[in-house]
Amino acid sequence: MTDLGSAPLPPPAADDHVRGRDDAPLVVEYADFECHYCAMAHVRLRDVAIRQVFRHFPVRSKHPRAWACACAAEAAARQGRFWEMHDALYDDQGRLDEPHLWERARRLGLDLQRFEADRRSDAAVERVRRDFESGVRAGVVTTPTLFVEGEAHPGIPDDALLRRLAARD
Amino acid sequence: MSLIEPGTPAPDFQLIDEKGARFTQDDLRGHTTVLVFYPFAFSPVCTDQLNLYDEVLDQFEEQGARLFGVSCDASWSQKAFRQHLGVSIPQLSDFEPKGAACRAFGAYHDLGFPQRALVIVDPDGIVQWSYQAPTPGDLPGANLIFDGLAAARTAS
Repeated sequence: MTDLGSAPLPPPAADDHVRGRDDAPLVVEYADFECHYCAMAHVRLRDVAIRQVFRHFPVRSKHPRAWACACAAEAAARQGRFWEMHDALYDDQGRLDEPHLWERARRLGLDLQRFEADRRSDAAVERVRRDFESGVRAGVVTTPTLFVEGEAHPGIPDDALLRRLAARD
Repeated sequence: MSLIEPGTPAPDFQLIDEKGARFTQDDLRGHTTVLVFYPFAFSPVCTDQLNLYDEVLDQFEEQGARLFGVSCDASWSQKAFRQHLGVSIPQLSDFEPKGAACRAFGAYHDLGFPQRALVIVDPDGIVQWSYQAPTPGDLPGANLIFDGLAAARTAS
C-alpha cells in the first residue's frame, strides 16, 4: 500500500532534474507540462539565477496530456536532454499531442526509437509517480508550487519572491 | 458552529446523490467514508481540490475508503461540475433544506455555504477524524486525508 500521508519535502537526490549554479538559491518546483500557470512560472524564472529542481506533478483530469508530456520528458532525460525537452514543452503549450512530441524529439536529435520505447516504459511512469507522490506528501495542492528554503509558494511566482531570489543570488 | 469531533457518532442527516436517491446515516455503515465538504461547485479552489483528490482516488480505494463531495449546490449543478472537471468522485447535495446536513456535521459557514472541511466516518458510523481548513480559500492537501485515514485505523 502506498503511503501518501504527510512527509517532509525530499532534498534534491542524485537522479532529480537539476540545473543552475551550485551556489544559487535552491528552488524545488512541482509542475505539470500542460499547465499554463507553470508555463508562466517557467517564463518568470528564466531570467533569475536559481538552482532549479523540477519535479513532476501531473493531474490528468485537469490536463489530459500532462502524463504523456511528463513521460516524454523522462524519455528525453534518458538521452541526457531533459531540460531541452522541458523548455520545448513550455515554450509551445498549444502543441502537446503525439506528433508534436515526436517533432520535438527529432528537433533535439534524440534516438526516436529509444525515445518511443522509453516514454512508454514502466520506468518512466514510476519516475513521474515518485515525484507526484513526494509532492502530495509534502502538501502540494496546485501547480506550480515552488519550495524555497522549505517554504511552499503555490502559484506563479510573484515579484516579491523573484526579488527575494535575485537578492540572494 | 464547530466541526464534528472524532469519537462522535455521525448525526442523522440526509443528502441527495446525483441520481436523486437519498444518502443517509445508514449509507455510512460498512464502509470507511470520507466526506469532502466544499463551498461551491465551479469555484476555483474546489476545482483544484477535486482534481487533486481524483488523481489519487485509486489509493483511497486501496485503503478501503470512499470519497464523496458535499456542497449545497443542486445535484444537477454538482453533476455538471463533476463532468466539467472530468473527475469521478461522486457528489452529494445538501440543497433542501439548504445546508441541513452541513449544519448537522458542524460544517456550515455563516455566509450560507459549506466550510471547506473533511470528515472521516468509520464503518460503524463513528466519526474518526475531522479537519476544517483555516479559511474556505485554503485547500487541504490529499496528504491530510491519508493522515486522517491512518489515524482512523489506529483509533478503531
